[in-house]
Amino acid sequence: MSHALTPSQTIGPFYFGTLVNGYRADLAPPGVAGERIELVLSLFDTEGVLVPDGLFELWQANSHGRYNHPDDRRNLPLDAGFEGFGRASTDAKGEAHFTTVRPGRVPWPAGGMQAAHINISVFARGVLNRLATRLYFDGDPALAEDPVLKLVDAARRPTLIAKRDAAGVWRLPVHIGGAHETVFFDC
Amino acid sequence: MEKDTYQRPAAGQHPANLSPAYKSTPTRSPKQPAIVLPQSLSEITGPSLGAERLNALESDLTRQRMGEPLGERIVVHGRVLDENGKPVPKAMLEVWQCNAAGRYHHPGDQHDAPLDPNFTGGGRARADEEGKYEFITIKPGAYPWKNHHNAWRPAHIHFSLFGPAFATRLITQMYFPDDPLLAYDPIYQSVPEAARRRLQAKFDIETTRPEWALAYKFDIVLRGRNATPME
Repeated sequence: MSHALTPSQTIGPFYFGTLVNGYRADLAPPGVAGERIELVLSLFDTEGVLVPDGLFELWQANSHGRYNHPDDRRNLPLDAGFEGFGRASTDAKGEAHFTTVRPGRVPWPAGGMQAAHINISVFARGVLNRLATRLYFDGDPALAEDPVLKLVDAARRPTLIAKRDAAGVWRLPVHIGGAHETVFFDC
Repeated sequence: MEKDTYQRPAAGQHPANLSPAYKSTPTRSPKQPAIVLPQSLSEITGPSLGAERLNALESDLTRQRMGEPLGERIVVHGRVLDENGKPVPKAMLEVWQCNAAGRYHHPGDQHDAPLDPNFTGGGRARADEEGKYEFITIKPGAYPWKNHHNAWRPAHIHFSLFGPAFATRLITQMYFPDDPLLAYDPIYQSVPEAARRRLQAKFDIETTRPEWALAYKFDIVLRGRNATPME
């Protein structure tokens, strides 16, 4: 029996404080294996104006490349205390701050491995459908062979690649539109 | 190429990102089409929030503070299903809404209507094995917004669901049946006409509790799996 999908609507401006129970900017409590990283995502509208009322969500594999999910049946370790989900609002500077561990690589259905990446959902007032994108890591030699990046025009690939600043923090600006429009995915 | 695990929505189910009558969308919608991504483990897995321990009070928005909030007490219930009609067991639902006067417990809401010290308007529930969920709350009020002259949002409750995968994530809004403001609301109207009514809850006399609260039923349908030869 076929059921009709429930349509999407905007998150609106007033989720903060009510969704706050579900916030988690620190994905990796002490003891979780892997390279600890700080991550700052920033959000801009089509005119380059920062978005102070947006919400980012992260979904990622652990440092071994294993998703904490029943459909990932590979024989790789799960880490106690690491679900792989993060959520934070943008602040007055349009930034959302996370701490996590660098994910391991995961396979591609047609064979081979994907480069390490974090899956990102973007929500905001004025955004009627969840925007899905990815974060990759600058300098990763696996980027050249990543099957998802190969689907993207070379000129737009940098919109998916976080860079490390002088303080060691990984930063990725997400542009909903404009000259630097981020690549979004229909998954 | 491997077959996708989750069905791809047909056209006409969701709003267009650029829905100009909703004035925030022109500066907040991508111009380039989304790139179709074959579904890998990254897309077919997702957070279940299964480790979250929910307090029973989280699904009763009328009992979270010292006293009872003002307004019309209601039951909002339904099932979380997928497109194949299968329940999504143990699905996490998050809701948030304004109070009976049309004011959110949020610093950004400057509408000249009273806050209710007994109502914050946020709740969570976990569906059972059959996908059934229930919230007790107060019927939210309509409120004005700046989108256009005399713009009012119809009464609504925001819903957030994860479903089984990154691909099934959904944030939506539930409306009340036959609200006259629906005809004037560009957010509701952004949904293609044939799909809009799915966002209206149904008045439910069967679940209405005598001498206590009216009930509304709102079923939520998330993306379903494609059939596989094993199923």
